[in-house]
Amino acid sequence: MLVWTRTSRSVLVVLFVVVFGVIVVAPLAVIGLAAVAASWRGVLPGGLTGAHLAAATGGDALASALVSVQTALIASAGSVLLGGWAAFALHGSRGRIRRLADGLLHLPMAVPSVVVGLGLLVAFSHPPLLLNGTRWIVLIAHLVLVLPFSYSTVSAALERADPDIALVAACLGASPARVLLTVRLPLALPALAASAGLALALSMGELGATIMLYPPDWRTLPVGIFAQSDRGALFAASASTVVLLGLTLVGLLALNSVRTRAAER
Amino acid sequence: MSVEAVTGAAQESPAVPAGTAPAAPARGTGRRAALWALPPLIVVADFFCYPLALVVAQSFIAETGGPTLAVWADVVTSPEFGAGVARTVLIAVGAAAGCALIGTFLALVVSFAPFPGVRLVSGLVAVLPAVPGFLIVLSFTFLYGSAGALNALLGGSLDFLYTPWGVLLAEITLFTPFVMRPLVAAFGQIPRARLDVAASLGARPWRVLWQVVLPEVRPALAAATCLVLLMAANEFGIVLFIGAKDVVTLPVLVYTWGIVTFDYPAACVVAVVNVVLSLLLYGVYRWVLSGRGKRRARVDED
Repeated sequence: MLVWTRTSRSVLVVLFVVVFGVIVVAPLAVIGLAAVAASWRGVLPGGLTGAHLAAATGGDALASALVSVQTALIASAGSVLLGGWAAFALHGSRGRIRRLADGLLHLPMAVPSVVVGLGLLVAFSHPPLLLNGTRWIVLIAHLVLVLPFSYSTVSAALERADPDIALVAACLGASPARVLLTVRLPLALPALAASAGLALALSMGELGATIMLYPPDWRTLPVGIFAQSDRGALFAASASTVVLLGLTLVGLLALNSVRTRAAER
Repeated sequence: MSVEAVTGAAQESPAVPAGTAPAAPARGTGRRAALWALPPLIVVADFFCYPLALVVAQSFIAETGGPTLAVWADVVTSPEFGAGVARTVLIAVGAAAGCALIGTFLALVVSFAPFPGVRLVSGLVAVLPAVPGFLIVLSFTFLYGSAGALNALLGGSLDFLYTPWGVLLAEITLFTPFVMRPLVAAFGQIPRARLDVAASLGARPWRVLWQVVLPEVRPALAAATCLVLLMAANEFGIVLFIGAKDVVTLPVLVYTWGIVTFDYPAACVVAVVNVVLSLLLYGVYRWVLSGRGKRRARVDED
């Protein structure tokens, strides 16, 4: 191994704890603390209160949270459907057309979300397809932004999968449709669940495109948090962020249980 | 979001070296596959490619409707634009370097000097990409803001949050897991015997690290660093939430000119420049991922 002596190992671990603590643990812990802090002028918050969290789960904040959840569910479902579809359709093919399609499907990953938002504004602000000012434009933006990740997750899993199982099924006389429905899709279920989770988490936290596009009646939680932070309501913003994280976590855990159950079979 | 949270997807690719994937069943030609893939491709073309093309076109159209280069000339010579390009590039390079350094260190300790609680660390690192960037800024306000915990502790007036350093630190915090996770995976694939042999031949730990361990993970580190470069160049939430007047990057400039001042053509020019920069970085990332990864795999087979 690389580290031989007890001292050097302890030094390394202490250094690790400090760096990891400052970089990863502190920001998460502080958001949690700020969400329940009555005030914060010293090193530690002065007194705890549940008022911010209560406010973040009612009224306007609750409406924003519901909008975010709906947006994320729709975007995630759409992207798993379309991304999974593309991954299955392109799986096993080679050559220039495949590379082109692959590149096209990955492309939105490389473009800043703000630019995706600006593009949708420029393209759909006038007839024939007037989407600006409706919630559809937000849903489309989220779908476009998370689709590459869903596609990429499912596609990578298909590349790794054992091709023999589907081949055996086909040799035993199963039609391509039957192989797809009874063999390849069930085998890919863990990857589909993983891609749904990824899309859900990305959509819940999306800010760049949404802030360019959102109509007044479809304001997502991150946009609401920006409004709070912008007017200096930092405790309220922290509480809303904790709600956002909690909702994301619930979704991820639910999808994770689907994944483990599918993997066990 | 932008590419704010490229998680599993992007990280799984290095684990699958191109060319070593099992041969998939021959399912018709590429053309038939592309035909089946048409529905999702049409969605991408309609709602991504077409709007992007319009953004490019809009940047060349005058208010009277004729073609013009005037908008470009105006924007490119404006001081905000120049400062924005410089800030974007500097912050991205700084964030990539910082993440590469810190991520490598963290991954090294997790892989080669594991301690009780290392599973908890991996769990936290796995969840972190689901965290939106603005969370980091909010917590930094409480930690490092002028009335924050650190200033209360030091009794001084440390005020770096609303400078480029604040953005840099926030982005390093956000993106370090994207270096750490693939590196932990890559370190795990190095046979321990190889390290022991090097050590038993008399190489000091530093030399083993430099000459055996790091060369082995160089492709993974290069790919992860490129990815951070791309994500940092596209980062929006952190810069917006920090909201310092003199820390404006290209994505924030697109937002400010497009939404706050409603100057669509100017915003489109900035967007085009930003997209070109991002695609360049993305091209390098894909090239590192495939080309160098492939070469590495071939060397291993020899």
